[in-house]
Amino acid sequence: MRVKPWMIAAPLLFTPFSLARAADALDTGDTAWMIVSTALVMMMTPAGLALFYGGMSRYKNLLNTIAMTIVAYCLGSVIWVLWGYSIAFGPDHGGIVGGLTHLFMNGIGVDSLQGSIPTYVFALFQMTFACITVALVLGSIVDRMKFSSWIVFAVLWITLIYCPIAHWVWGGGWMGSMGALDFAGGTVVHINAGVAGLVLALVLGKRIGYGKESMFPSSITLTALGAALLWFGWFGFNAGSQLAADGIAASAFMVTNTSAAIGALAWMFAEWTVSKKPTVLGMASGIVAGLVAITPAAGFVNMPASLVIGAGAGLLGYVGVTVLKRKLGYDDSLDAFGVHGVCGIWGALATGLFANPAVNEAGRGLFYGNPKQLWIQIISIVATAVFTAVGTIILIYITRLITGGLRVATESEIEGLDSALHGERGFEII
Amino acid sequence: MKKIEAIIKPFKLDDVKEALNEIGIQGMTISEVKGYGRQKGHKEIYRGAEYIVDFIPKVKIEIVVEAERAEKVVEKIREAASTGKIGDGKIFVSPIEEALRVRTGETGKDAI
Repeated sequence: MRVKPWMIAAPLLFTPFSLARAADALDTGDTAWMIVSTALVMMMTPAGLALFYGGMSRYKNLLNTIAMTIVAYCLGSVIWVLWGYSIAFGPDHGGIVGGLTHLFMNGIGVDSLQGSIPTYVFALFQMTFACITVALVLGSIVDRMKFSSWIVFAVLWITLIYCPIAHWVWGGGWMGSMGALDFAGGTVVHINAGVAGLVLALVLGKRIGYGKESMFPSSITLTALGAALLWFGWFGFNAGSQLAADGIAASAFMVTNTSAAIGALAWMFAEWTVSKKPTVLGMASGIVAGLVAITPAAGFVNMPASLVIGAGAGLLGYVGVTVLKRKLGYDDSLDAFGVHGVCGIWGALATGLFANPAVNEAGRGLFYGNPKQLWIQIISIVATAVFTAVGTIILIYITRLITGGLRVATESEIEGLDSALHGERGFEII
Repeated sequence: MKKIEAIIKPFKLDDVKEALNEIGIQGMTISEVKGYGRQKGHKEIYRGAEYIVDFIPKVKIEIVVEAERAEKVVEKIREAASTGKIGDGKIFVSPIEEALRVRTGETGKDAI
């Protein structure tokens, strides 16, 4: 009898086969993707954000902004593997923190697995999120903070604010258990950083000359390049948050790009209409706005939803930085709250509306028959904002005690921090 | 000897240089400067924050020539640099006491 293909295929029907990934078996595809994802997110801090923020800073403070960003990444990297990972992702204590079981990565070895990937990869991926979250905060207070104060504040903030919130949402804590949907960090990263930045800006006070002097960005070129690097890295941020190389990651990948692109266009058209000229700074800002908003929604929504989310972010972000800031008069210097806070809130709410079980069975939003989800999102937003606001204020006072004041001396602020704090210049300009 | 200082619109520099070459002027010093007169500044907007920029980039040309040639040179510059619009610039003439060539030590007319 001639052997036919079905005769070879048929017996396979009887082999043990599971659609769900078998827990605790290493998948090389997932692992390879997650290592790459981690590298992509890593780049977002010392390269993407450093340039994005640096280019928007005044020339005399360009290097200081970059320095604060780089040092934030380095501090986060070390803190994470000492105690941060444990507090965020260790075995749950009361839904609040993970405890110190894995201090110094104790108990985790070369063969430890988190799902289908090595625990080390998982831990490092999460680390890059902690690092960028604290780095985002500095956007509100460039041009005026002591470098020593920033270092102390960053260490305290990652440990006592970021790690608990990460635990609440992703580490087995109460928010995740409540059913809050945050795929890649709308609350954990963006609302968290945005509110903390605003609080820090309010306590530190406005820059000298704010509202009167012209404060020109040092280089929109650097900012544009930074935004492009952030976009690139964000694929790791969002698609990587699936922790696997699969269909949901692919969906997150697609909606991330779509949201960024339409966010940029929405901001650009809004600005063109109001100010008569579309600016590159506006496009770069719209890109980031779109990316921020899709972050909590990335693995839960379909492509049409991402168009709404991204466009909404572009418009809200534009209003947030042009109208809100001017009306309320605070000096959130690089709009950490205006973009990350505002668009993060929009994204978290949008997740409660658009979460589509056909995309990811873990999420069902209001438009798919689950109005309760929106309420859960609201609770998670408010809880994050309140915890961060109160916690950040406390940490500011502790930092102030330790470093004898947060703000640089007036002469230093006028001279410029690159010269006063670092003894360097960004560019050799004759 | 006279020094001629001309402040002109930057994009007119090449035209002025060619015009001066035509009448035998083979050297000059230029600097990039900022200034304003009747030409007001312009507006720049960064994330909704409007900045008025008073000072506009200009180019300053400095040449030292024999006194007899000064009038012709000034006229040539004026012709080449003019666009007819506000902000074309100004030309100043002042006396020069001494000039010296660094390489040879020549002074006076031999130096310019």
